[in-house]
Amino acid sequence: MTPGKRDFRALIVAAGLAALFVVLFLHLEAQWAIALLALGLVLGLYFAVRAGLLARVQAAASHHPRAAIAINTIAGIAIIAVLREEHFALLMLATVCLFVTVCLGLTIQFGYAGIVNFSGIAFFGIGAYTTAVLTAHSAIPHLLIIIVSGLVSGLIGSLLILPMLRTRGHYAALVTIAFGILFRTFLEVNDTLGGPQGLKVEGMRILGWSLNDNISLGPLGTVSFYASYAMLALFVAAAAFTLIKRLERSWIGLNLDAVRTDETAAASFGIDVPRWKIFAFTAGNCLAGVAGAIYAMMSGYIAPASFNFGDSLLLVSIVLLGGSGSALGVLPAALLVVVLPEKLQIIQEYRLLLFAVLVILILRFRPDGLLPRTMREYLPGWGRK
Amino acid sequence: MSAPTLDVTGLTVRFGGLVALNSFDFALRSEELVGLIGPNGSGKTTFFNALTGIYPPASGRVTLGNDDITGLQPQRIYDAGITRTFQRLRLALSLSVFDNLMIGNHRNLYHGIKGNLFGRKRLRQQVEENVESSRRLLEQFSAPLATRLFDSVFQLPMIDRRRVEVCRALISSPQILLLDEPSAGMTHEETRALMDDLLASRERMPGLAIILIEHEMGVIERVSDRCVVLNYGQKIAEGSYRDVSGDHKVRAAYLGED
Repeated sequence: MTPGKRDFRALIVAAGLAALFVVLFLHLEAQWAIALLALGLVLGLYFAVRAGLLARVQAAASHHPRAAIAINTIAGIAIIAVLREEHFALLMLATVCLFVTVCLGLTIQFGYAGIVNFSGIAFFGIGAYTTAVLTAHSAIPHLLIIIVSGLVSGLIGSLLILPMLRTRGHYAALVTIAFGILFRTFLEVNDTLGGPQGLKVEGMRILGWSLNDNISLGPLGTVSFYASYAMLALFVAAAAFTLIKRLERSWIGLNLDAVRTDETAAASFGIDVPRWKIFAFTAGNCLAGVAGAIYAMMSGYIAPASFNFGDSLLLVSIVLLGGSGSALGVLPAALLVVVLPEKLQIIQEYRLLLFAVLVILILRFRPDGLLPRTMREYLPGWGRK
Repeated sequence: MSAPTLDVTGLTVRFGGLVALNSFDFALRSEELVGLIGPNGSGKTTFFNALTGIYPPASGRVTLGNDDITGLQPQRIYDAGITRTFQRLRLALSLSVFDNLMIGNHRNLYHGIKGNLFGRKRLRQQVEENVESSRRLLEQFSAPLATRLFDSVFQLPMIDRRRVEVCRALISSPQILLLDEPSAGMTHEETRALMDDLLASRERMPGLAIILIEHEMGVIERVSDRCVVLNYGQKIAEGSYRDVSGDHKVRAAYLGED
């Protein structure tokens, strides 16, 4: 077998296992099975990292970056196909994909450039509210609205970063906390944006086709309308993943890392620290805004209560759980953090408490996360030189 | 003798009421190696920081060639061709040796967003060229280190980290290199090896001038063309190592008055 074929086999096996796991995790109802699967995921990843299996798959993926993304996107489509009739499972899958997109944005900000953002959900919310307003009051095509929502989010973020540039360390984090709270309070008192009741949002339409209709396959049954949203969210997450990997493997990714590790040293070697901080913060918030836009159309209704400070903390905990700066780590972490409280009723009430404990445990015992970030590989197959 | 590359006149740095550097005059010619010595807290590192734009000078003037570079941002100082190392290493430990060197080569790299994300032809070419040039530079300091180009700096011993820091400052071919106590945390033997390698690589970089802050007088005696002695932010002596080491003001500064 040629090395190329072996790479493809490794990628397909890994994607297949991941898809099988996701299907079981979303489909099964028994509490013990869910708990067992979650535990299995954490331990499985731990041993896959220790035994070098994961390094093998990552090497294959770095050798064939496009194929890796394609295979995993196909695996995602397969998951949607298998779960096609289950509204709830598909809703969760779509939510996971959207959270992955937001957390990839946070990875650019925190994992690469070192900017702590405790208002991730606010930028998600800006995207959602922009979409609600634009779908109700303009004739802009919905796909375009998603992009505009991302840009609005990024723009507001780039204004917020300006005072943050003048602060260091904890103070920058405080600015984002304040912004997150300010955003929610503003929504609650602002009557044009629906106040505490929130706004209704139209379902998405692409070229006259409404994503909110179930698709009938005649004798084969009906495909849930959530499958369309899950597909859209999957493609957006895959695009975000591709983009962030390319970003990491470039001189820009290096600039961001230099800014995070040592601002003084970075400046002493010509790196324009404010410029790259603005870039990272804006790019990350654009991703959050895009995800928020799709979320708004999918859920049909948004209210300030969906954009709590606690949700921002959940986003940060996903990034820490996956491994700071590890794009791949965001995937299992988002799956666990989003799905577990929905499926395990016992922990629903305690979810913030549990994730707080989880973050403490991660920082104490595995500070690099479930899937630690690997060395930068500028070119495909870099590791085999 | 060639005209001075770097010309510093009356450079003063104040921290509140403390005058860390007091009306400092200094000139550096191309290819010269000047040792900057003085007791702890005498203003040596402050001079580097004021020169590289980390501290704003209260007064004075710094010119490089024909350009006034007084009080410019650190980024502009680097672009003008002055690079430095730090007393306490400031490397990105989690990044690879190659990444750290490339941070030092910032001004020769392409930073457009479009070309870095899409197409990437130019990126690929620059990466390949720089892997080669990084290897060549590292080999001048240590052949084993050159084979560890893609290891993280965290895995390297102190001496190799110093080498990486010196190489990071050299890779962009600066006009002036500022070395802030390269012997700190290393044995005599390691320091000697590093200085020898540095002197050897200087031969390959025509025009490179070096200012060296150092506490080990043996190193200064061996490598410097000229010495400048600082005490309490003021220049108290200047000349060859022999002259300076015999100067009674210098002896008093180091050993205390009789």
